[in-house]
This record gives sequence, structure tokens and C-alpha cells, in this order.
Amino acid sequence: MNGRRIKILIAKPGLDGHDQGAKVVVRALADAGFEVIYSGLRQTPEMVANAALEENVDVIGLSSMAGSHIPFCRKLKALLEQEGLADKLWMIGGNIPAQDHEELRRLGFKGIFPSSSKFTDIVNYIRANVA
Amino acid sequence: MSETKKIRSVVNESGIEIKPLYTADDVKSLQAEEMIGLPGGYPYTRGIHPLMYRKQPWTMRQYAGFGNPADTNKRFKYLIENGQTGLNVAFDLPTQIGFDSDDPMAEGEVGRVGMAVDSLKDFEIAFGGIDLDKITVSLTINGSAAILIAMYLAMAEKRGYDIAKLRGTAQNDILKEFIGRGTWIFPVQPSIKLVGDTIEYCAKHAPKYSPVSICGYHIRESGANPAQEMAYAFAIGKAYIEEVTKRGLPVDAFANRLSFNFNIFGNIFEQVAKFRAGRSLWAKVVKEQCGAKDPDSMVLRMIAGGGGGGLTFEQPELNIVRGAYYALISALSGTQTMALCSYDEAYTIPTEYSARISLRTMQILIEEMGLCDTVDPLGGSYYVESLTAQMRELMEKHMQDVEAEGGMVRMVAEGAVQAKVSRQAYEMQKNVENGSFRKVGVNCHRVEEEQKSVEFHPYDEANAAAQIGATNEVRKSRDNAKVAAALSRIEADAKADVNVMPALMEAVKAYATVGEMTRALVAVYGRYQEPIRF
Repeated sequence: MNGRRIKILIAKPGLDGHDQGAKVVVRALADAGFEVIYSGLRQTPEMVANAALEENVDVIGLSSMAGSHIPFCRKLKALLEQEGLADKLWMIGGNIPAQDHEELRRLGFKGIFPSSSKFTDIVNYIRANVA
Repeated sequence: MSETKKIRSVVNESGIEIKPLYTADDVKSLQAEEMIGLPGGYPYTRGIHPLMYRKQPWTMRQYAGFGNPADTNKRFKYLIENGQTGLNVAFDLPTQIGFDSDDPMAEGEVGRVGMAVDSLKDFEIAFGGIDLDKITVSLTINGSAAILIAMYLAMAEKRGYDIAKLRGTAQNDILKEFIGRGTWIFPVQPSIKLVGDTIEYCAKHAPKYSPVSICGYHIRESGANPAQEMAYAFAIGKAYIEEVTKRGLPVDAFANRLSFNFNIFGNIFEQVAKFRAGRSLWAKVVKEQCGAKDPDSMVLRMIAGGGGGGLTFEQPELNIVRGAYYALISALSGTQTMALCSYDEAYTIPTEYSARISLRTMQILIEEMGLCDTVDPLGGSYYVESLTAQMRELMEKHMQDVEAEGGMVRMVAEGAVQAKVSRQAYEMQKNVENGSFRKVGVNCHRVEEEQKSVEFHPYDEANAAAQIGATNEVRKSRDNAKVAAALSRIEADAKADVNVMPALMEAVKAYATVGEMTRALVAVYGRYQEPIRF
């Protein structure tokens, strides 16, 4: 990492407004020493991909609570690849049922942290997986 | 040294230190007459009716709605057949945020977390065959509430009900949407203006309808403690009252139709004291700060029972037990209406089976457990009375703090409340992770398990497509010149800063869609820009 702080985008995809979890994770990541950008609500896949590119982040993290994550991630995957961001770490957290994990991993969202995950596990995963 | 030196200290979530024993000395200073009084009279600490559940049990109103209006109508009828006495309607996110089902922003969201509604036609289907005099309907709608209230009134009118006598509730508390839940559309000021429009319109034309249910609930879910939950909700209530009284309507013309929605998870006694204290504080605020003379204006009516933040992903069956305690707390607190979170709600939309368990939980309290026998059964307890007085003092202090920071509207617009409660949510989560705040199944008494005991509610693509098809049919069959005229009137009235409800009534009756009406308002008001502040 050449000593540069790891930079993370936390985004709230789609129309759902339950952002308590996303904001809590933003604080935990900032406290752990990462540089964190929070997108705010109602992000489209285009908005997430643009922010990731413009901010030159190392990690793209989504917080999904209302079940629309798979169609969103499918679109986002194409855009991130198009923008040359396939080598970044893609993560997702929130209300993510176990039955969706395999599909999400297949789409490239390797770090999956369902509700009730611990801050330390998220932090350690990022440290271990950002090249 | 005395025994008490050795025991651990206990502080409740609101920050009050709890003693190991309360005695008559703790309540000596409370002037029973003034602070506690009798149920049905000022300051309503013990309840808002003299006989409470002895006369009539609480209304049972489980939150329900998914897919298209026909699916939802079926679930409504199932719940009514099983003894539910009110409806609590869940809308999908596009409806809540003012997008039609065929809007690109709605893709993948149609009917997902609630019922999809585009036009009056959908309400006609959703409430078909349900007697709106017997079953009161609560609409969980906020950003697009003015439109959906107009739609509900128009639907009832069309079916021959006199809206002057129609009962029902809309959530319509936009200030809390900016703090948590997030289904805002317009900027803060026009959003409050729209809430004022609905209150004013209902006071004049549908005086039995409750146009607003002020929600401490979601502020608590976002990280507020129980005392702040009440104080912030009251500060929001005051903001709506001020919005309407500045138009020249006296507070006594509408305050009796304001209702509240509160959270219930946490320490049993803290919650009971919170509600008893809250009733007396709201009565005092409306009387002394808002100038109400009519005792009916001072009464705090509420729905309670939900406590999503208390439920866990781990060992979800334990949520059935938690739900039963939440119902007990609500009953001991003198709620008017109860809506329990179902045990699978931390994962998905409740199944018929889990919704029925919640309904039966409340029915067990009514039928078997004696919760309706006597009013305010914990009244007079040294502990509960003492805690009630302390909670009230604390809530008042939180309300003063809000005033000192420029008032609730300003704090919301600047993102100050959002930042404050989110900071507290983070602290709480750290306490859960380090085990100092105990959650069974989460940080103690864990078992290794797989997610297996919950049935997921599937997303139905075909259903979404059918909804879009039905709405396109409505657009073809309606009088489009009439729709265009009605939409222009909405825009003109919004621009002229007059009450937009008559124009919305005209538009919904012409089968204008939620998206079309929202766009007419956005053309004048613009869209909210979320302040990102930590």
C-alpha cells in the first residue's frame, strides 16, 4: 500500500432508507484508521461506480437491508469492471440471507458481512485483503 | 460497611441509576394528585381513559402488505378472520418515495417490502370487501403521505362512506424520516408544509381521521435512548402544531387527532415509566406551551409493541419470546394500539404463520393473563412511580436541549440529530460487541447454528410486471385531459403556497398516479439533499 491509508467507500444502494448499520460501520472503520467516504441514501449502480472511480477507493462496501442486493450487485459488477475497478475489494453487509452468499461471491462480492457481524472481523478482513 | 457497597451499579439506557430497593421514602415527594392523578384526567400519567382495557382492549394492528394490491387484500382478510381489529398497511419503497411501478428507480423494488400502489384503482382492490367503519386502517406512509391520504379519503368516499365520520390513521411524520427510515422526498420546509396541509384539511373535512402518527419509534431504532425517543417525538409534535397554528387554526381544532408511535424494546420498567411519564409530559407541553384548553387535545394516544431493534438474527425463535414481553410491556403501559414485530422480521416479510403467532400473543394477554382487568396495574409501585418521575424530568431536559440547539426543525435540517443518534448507535454496538450490554444469543448464551428456521419471502418478478401492466391500463382508460388539468392545479397550488390537499383529491379521483403527483410537487419544491455529517 506504499504507506497510503486504505480508502473505503460505504454506499447505500437502492431506495431503502435504513442507514443505521451503514453509519455505524463507517464510524467503526474510521476509528480503525481507514479513510472512509459515506455515500448517503438512494445510490444507483452508476453513482456507486462513479464515486468509487473519482475517489480512487481501495474498497467498495454496500449496506443492504431490504432485499434488493442481487439485482443491484449484478449491475454494479458490470459497471465496476467497465471502469477498471475489478481489482478493488468489493464487500457487502446488512440483511443478506445465507442463500444469497454464493451468488454474491460469484458476482465478485467476496467479503460478506450479514447483520450481527463484528467490527473487528470486518476490519481484519479489509486489512488482510487489500493488496 | 453496608451490603450496598459491594453490589454492581445499574444504570438504565436513559442514564438513570437504579437502586436495589425502592421504598415509601422514594415517592414521598411526588405530589400524587398533581403528578399522577387518575386515569382519564390531566395529566394522564395512569392512562387516557378512566376504564382503559376494562371497557375495550387495545386495537390489534399487525403491519402487513406485499406484492400487488390483490395479494395484500388476501393477507388483510386472513388477519381479520383471525381476530385482528385494525389494519396497518405496508407500502413498497417506490410508493413510499413517490415513484410509479414502471419508473426506472423502482426496478427490482415493486411490491418487495410492501404493497405497490400507483393509482386509486390499487386502493379500490386492496380494501375491497373490507368494512372501513368496522376495521380502521393505518397507512404507514410518509414522504408521499399527502397523496396517499387523499387516495384513501377518495376511495372511502367513492364507496359511500361519509369522510366526516371516517376513522383511520396515516403515519405522515416526515421529520423522523430525515432522522431514520429515510423515505423523504422534498426538502425539510416544504415537507413540514405538506404535513400541515394534511392536518388542516382533515381538521376541516375528515375530523375523525388522524393524519399524523409522530414516531419516536424510528428515532430509537436509529440510536436514541428511551428518554430521548419521547423528547424528540414531542419536539417534532410541537413543530407540526406550530406549522398549523401559524395558519390561524387553533390548537384545539386538531391536536386531538395527533397520535404517536413508540418503541418498546429494552428494560421493562424503563419502558413502562417512559410511557407513564410521556403521557404527563405531552399533556403539559400541549397545555402550557401550545396553549390548548380542551383536555382532549392534551391526550397522548399511541401505538406500541414493535421493537425491531431488540430482535436478533441469532436464534430467531427467541424473538417469539421477546415479542411476548414487548406485548406485556405495551399492555402494562396503557397503549391504545399494538403491533408486534414478528419473529422472522429481522430477516424478511412475516409469513401468515408468524403473523398469526404475533396476533395470538396479544390474544393470550387479553384472554388468559388478566391484562385488561384493571387500569395501570403498576401504578403506585415505589419503583415505577419513582422512575416515572425521573424519566419525566429527563425527557423535559432533553426537550430543553433541543430548544437550546435551535429547535428540532433546524437540528434535522443541519443533520445534528442524525449525527447524535448515530454516534450513540455506534457506542451501543461497541457495548454489545464487548459484552457490557447483554443480548442473549448474541454476546451470551450463544449456540452454533445455521440460518435455517426462517422462510424467506420471495421477490416475484411476474407480479411486478403485472402491476406495471395494470397501471398502464389505468393510464389508457382514464380521462387524460382531466388528469393533466388536475396535475397543473397541484403545481399551481404548491407555487401559490396554498393547501394542496383539494388539488390532490381532484387528481387522485381522476386516477392520476403517485409518480405523476409527486413530480408535480417536486417541480415546485425540489428534492431533499441529505446532509452527510458524522
